[in-house]
Amino acid sequence: MLDFPRWKVWGISLICLIGVLLAVPSLFPAEQVAKWPKWVPSAQINLGLDLAGGSHLLLEADTSGLAKQRLEQMEERLRVGLRRESPPIDIGEISTADNKLTFMVRNPAQVDAAVEFARTQTQPAGLGPRDWNVDVLDQNRIVMTPTQAGLDQALTQAMDTAREVVYNRVDPDGTKEVTVIRQGDTRILVQVPGLEDPEALKTLLGKTARLEFKLVDQTASPEQVAQGRAPVGSQVLPMQGGGAIAVKRRAIVTGDQLIDAKQSYDQNNQPGVSITFDSTGAKAFGRVTRENVNKPFAIILDNVVLSAPNINEPILGGQAQIMGSYTVQTANELAVQLRSGKLPVELRVIEERTIGPELGKESIKWGGIAAGVATLAVILFMLITYGRFGVYATIGLILNALFILGILALFGASLTLPGIAGFVLTIGAAVDANVLINERIREEQRRGRRVLDAIEAGYREASTAIFDANITNVIAAVLMFYFGSGPIRGFAVVLMIGIVTSVFSAVNITRMLVALWARRARPRELHI
Amino acid sequence: MRLLKLVPDNTNFDFMRWRNVALVLSIIVTVASIALVAVRGLNLGVDFVGGQMINVTFSRTAPIEEVRETVEGLNVGDASIQEFGDPKTITIRMGLPDGGDDAAAKVATRVREAIAAKHPDAKFTVDSVSGKVSNELYRSGAISVALAMLGIAIYIWFRFEWQFGVGALVTLFHDVCMTIGFFSLTQLEFNLNVVAAILTIVGYSLNDTVVIYDRIREDLRKYRKMEIVPLLNVSLNETLSRTMVTSLSIMFALLALLLIGPQVIFGLTIAIFLGIFVGTYSSIYISSPILVWLGVSGDSFLPKTSTGSAAKGGERVATPNEGY
Repeated sequence: MLDFPRWKVWGISLICLIGVLLAVPSLFPAEQVAKWPKWVPSAQINLGLDLAGGSHLLLEADTSGLAKQRLEQMEERLRVGLRRESPPIDIGEISTADNKLTFMVRNPAQVDAAVEFARTQTQPAGLGPRDWNVDVLDQNRIVMTPTQAGLDQALTQAMDTAREVVYNRVDPDGTKEVTVIRQGDTRILVQVPGLEDPEALKTLLGKTARLEFKLVDQTASPEQVAQGRAPVGSQVLPMQGGGAIAVKRRAIVTGDQLIDAKQSYDQNNQPGVSITFDSTGAKAFGRVTRENVNKPFAIILDNVVLSAPNINEPILGGQAQIMGSYTVQTANELAVQLRSGKLPVELRVIEERTIGPELGKESIKWGGIAAGVATLAVILFMLITYGRFGVYATIGLILNALFILGILALFGASLTLPGIAGFVLTIGAAVDANVLINERIREEQRRGRRVLDAIEAGYREASTAIFDANITNVIAAVLMFYFGSGPIRGFAVVLMIGIVTSVFSAVNITRMLVALWARRARPRELHI
Repeated sequence: MRLLKLVPDNTNFDFMRWRNVALVLSIIVTVASIALVAVRGLNLGVDFVGGQMINVTFSRTAPIEEVRETVEGLNVGDASIQEFGDPKTITIRMGLPDGGDDAAAKVATRVREAIAAKHPDAKFTVDSVSGKVSNELYRSGAISVALAMLGIAIYIWFRFEWQFGVGALVTLFHDVCMTIGFFSLTQLEFNLNVVAAILTIVGYSLNDTVVIYDRIREDLRKYRKMEIVPLLNVSLNETLSRTMVTSLSIMFALLALLLIGPQVIFGLTIAIFLGIFVGTYSSIYISSPILVWLGVSGDSFLPKTSTGSAAKGGERVATPNEGY
């Protein structure tokens, strides 16, 4: 018992020092910590949303929409592409029913050429098969079926892009500490600390922001439009504020060719959005507007026509302005949406948790007080039960509390409300190891062992029980972390850290303190 | 200074004498708990059934009636509006509305906006969960509790003997049933936090059990010839002091959280508090007697007794009453 090597004393002291230093910044207000010299650790505990206040949104992608969109895009590519072949391939009876694309080649001699062309539109999906299967049915009917591998790949790509877009929309300046992570195959989790009103955020995320400029089809008669029918190559779209209009299917330019979008005012001081195209977009826009002076074109956002102004003169600079009934705020939102690009899939809010910052503060306050009172109660209990050894247990306990704070700060793990409960529970349970040891020492003394032998045996015999008991807790905590979500995870993190640190502080630190004391005092009798 | 001794040195309490009484009692309470959950059900929170729960805090006493009228005026379905913890805070709970995945979030938004328009001082916390997510949360919660029980039991089986593993599993089942039964009885809200609490109980109830099992194993090697029932009594008495001190210190800590901690985690805290209590009882009266019924004896650890503590035990073969 007495031979506690010097290197061990130094090692344990060093670990304690580091642990305490890591915890210190979290005990001071953030403004104060910011003024500290650079070499002092300054990482503070990250407060979870329930303590800091803020919004948590779980978004889910509309995967059926994605599949439909892919079919439509393929249909468009085939229509345009086959017509451009030389000689053009005439097709008919296109259908996108049953999640596959079917069309008939009018001239049977061209079937092979059509299949050839269709094949060029498919790509290998990952390492596996191609993303579409192309088959011929009844000699002149071509069926294109999306493969599962292709769908999966498209979804993965779409989700990656969506994550990026969401991030750019939520935090365009990169100043807020937002978390945007993909969760599972089809979900994105957004956490914005400090945000109390998630409505603006939801509006911002709720739009796909697919911007298109298309020519208005003036050959469509008002009766046709009213019935929702349009001439070949055109489509009928609703107007913002009511009504409908026929526009050409082909877009002159799309939002993909945008390089900038910002809120601006027109000559009447009405808020709108100024957009700038890249060079290919500017060229296409210039060419089409030059050819169509005095005809109207439509500005379309998410398949709704915002406005259909006349082209008074060719628009050559690659700049345009979108006007509509906007306020400064809605114009700003639109600008952010356009800047961040279009969402490849529609996202829906399937879980929302919003906590007011003041309520968070209240929770911290009472949680902190409860944690303090709990610690004091346990300390008092230890002192009157074990005397000197209770003092050692107390030192271990306080260091343990600081270690937990320090490690949480070090890893940037979030402290949540259940986390505080986990902390309090750990405080209560952390002394268990010391209780086991101390009870064992009492027992060994009763058996007539001398002081030092009893202490030695106490630490030795208690160790297996301490080990087994803590492993069971680790098993529970790991599963909690793995399967749990939100609050459960916060709780599990604190529990896991607490188990590890409490074993260290209750066994190694107290043992060192006891050894140092015993070496100095050479006790002949021990009250425990 | 005289130190506090909760358990006097020569305590020799005949725990096992009451084992059959305790067994009957436990079976009755366990069956009652299951029946209660089956008949009365649990007051599941929005985490598990979907829908929304909005807590509104006012800077003065909450105008419950006004809020009720506002919410009813929206025509968004039945809402239960109650005081929550203190008179300034109310909670509005609504079930899952018809409509798509995001219907719950949409209704929550409307309710919030309507109240905010009339009461600018209102502060909100909103939990809105779609039916899809709530189903998943329910499933993953159940799976994690089941896996934790199984994982721990398997660990105990490896570290001890199969009888101990079975004992641990039955004990955990008993404790979890009791806690869930308590939530059915009191109709306190059963949410994700409570699942976290149950997982904690699963971990900590076993804490006691493992410590006692550890001692039983030691005593089995030490007092090879002793009958199992008196041997369990010895082990339980030897660990009684530790059981008392640890359970009490955890309870002191939790009591602080129960009395002054935030209202939101009341359910979590009360569940753990109860769990520690039940866990302490069950580690004595469930997990130990099971070893008798499963036929654990001094021979159970024979193959492993060639080294270690058994050798030491051999030096002091003694009667259980030796020295205390």
